Amino acid sequence: MERNLTILLVDDDQDYIEQMRLMLETGGYTVHTCITREKAEELLGTMKPDIAVIDLMMEQNDDGFVLAYRLKKKYPDVPVIMVTAVTSETGIDFTSAPDTGGWMKADALLQKPVRFEQLEAQIKRLCHG
Amino acid sequence: MTLKLLVVDDETGMRMGIRRALRNFQSEPDDTGLIVRLSVEEAESGEQAIEKIKDSPPDIVLLDHRMGGITGLDVLNWMEDNSPDVLAIMITAYASLENAINATKKGAFDFLPKPFTPAELKVAVRQAVKHVLAVREAKRLSEEKRRVRFQFISVLAHELKAPLGAIEGYLYLLQDGTALSNPETLPRVVERSLVRLQGMRKLIYDLLDLTRIESGEKKRELAEVDVVQAANASVETMAPDAASRGIEIVLNAPEHLPMLGDRSELEIILNNLVSNAVKYNRDNGKVTVTLTESPEDVTISVADTGIGMTEEERERLFGEFARIKNEKTRNILGSGLGLNIVKRIAGLYEGSVTVESTPDAGSTFTVTLKKALA
Repeated sequence: MERNLTILLVDDDQDYIEQMRLMLETGGYTVHTCITREKAEELLGTMKPDIAVIDLMMEQNDDGFVLAYRLKKKYPDVPVIMVTAVTSETGIDFTSAPDTGGWMKADALLQKPVRFEQLEAQIKRLCHG
Repeated sequence: MTLKLLVVDDETGMRMGIRRALRNFQSEPDDTGLIVRLSVEEAESGEQAIEKIKDSPPDIVLLDHRMGGITGLDVLNWMEDNSPDVLAIMITAYASLENAINATKKGAFDFLPKPFTPAELKVAVRQAVKHVLAVREAKRLSEEKRRVRFQFISVLAHELKAPLGAIEGYLYLLQDGTALSNPETLPRVVERSLVRLQGMRKLIYDLLDLTRIESGEKKRELAEVDVVQAANASVETMAPDAASRGIEIVLNAPEHLPMLGDRSELEIILNNLVSNAVKYNRDNGKVTVTLTESPEDVTISVADTGIGMTEEERERLFGEFARIKNEKTRNILGSGLGLNIVKRIAGLYEGSVTVESTPDAGSTFTVTLKKALA
């Protein structure tokens, strides 16, 4: 199993960052974290992650979309996992949209709170598929 | 704006007369300057009227009572079930109290006895136009209210789910043993879970305050309150948190500062401002609470030496769930409702809330309240 993948983790909730970092580092991954879209864009200027895990709604509701779009433009081959706690109460059920991968520029979508097994399964699928 | 008016009468002369009388009709401009004109259509029987209403409903119907086929009351009956939004004015030559009562029971808006002058017709139509506009406005407001409410609840659900999710995430880490792999991790996981729980409780309390203020359910107990006493209590409440980060809180105030107010409302204002000034301060910073008065007003000013805000951040500050999220605020928890509540309470005292701020230097919040309400 590949254990030295570099993961970019972007979320404005400090606790999610801590939990995911803990999970991923325990799993042997190298983790870079950012709490805003701007910081993430800055970081992407200096490094190319193997995969990105991005929160959908940060300071602006569409920060996750925008970041994923820009990341894909710069590095089309870097998979993006979108994470969100947004569900039915907004009237938009992202997970059931059949072609979210198309317009959302994400390769996978996970509901918060994310379990490590789910996350790792997606990472493995996207990085070794 | 043009409203559609349908004239239903079996006499050609009557239809033409009405059309002529309303040809240059226009309503008085309303508050927004809106003027209503009419486009007039005709139907020569009750049957035709129903077809026309079905086909493209008018806003107002001028409805003759006695006609060859079905009567005006029959049309009114049909309208009651099929197009209740269309306003009807009954016209009849056989003006009787009974007809008027029947028509009104069936939902007619007004009753115009034949013969009538063009001026009388215009008065009746003008009233009907006013009513149509009022109904539309009420509908628009109620839709707007529903939309705002839905949006509020959506955001609220998201704000409540965030801490729940964070705590759930930490519990998973405990369950699968990840949090136990390193001795430093466990206390951190417990502490963060507790912090998020406290944040959630604060959100719920703030929400209750907000709802009470908004609904007017909160009984206001207006009495003479000493603002200095309330400020002292607030400073004492926040002192332990401040001390733990080396922050000094100073109160500049006269000995007493009485005003007519509700003690709990003043406490909410002071607690929110002082706790913000501590939360958003730097370690070893300072919070200065200054109370002053003029013959009319009491002014509460709370200054901190904290992270400050940009102009753009300042503009969003008083909205519901407005939290400024950036690198500097990442460790600070808040419901995003506090300042909104402060602003609403200040409104109850015909007061105002203003803020001055410089990034990385600090912010000063100033609340001005009328001492004695009219």
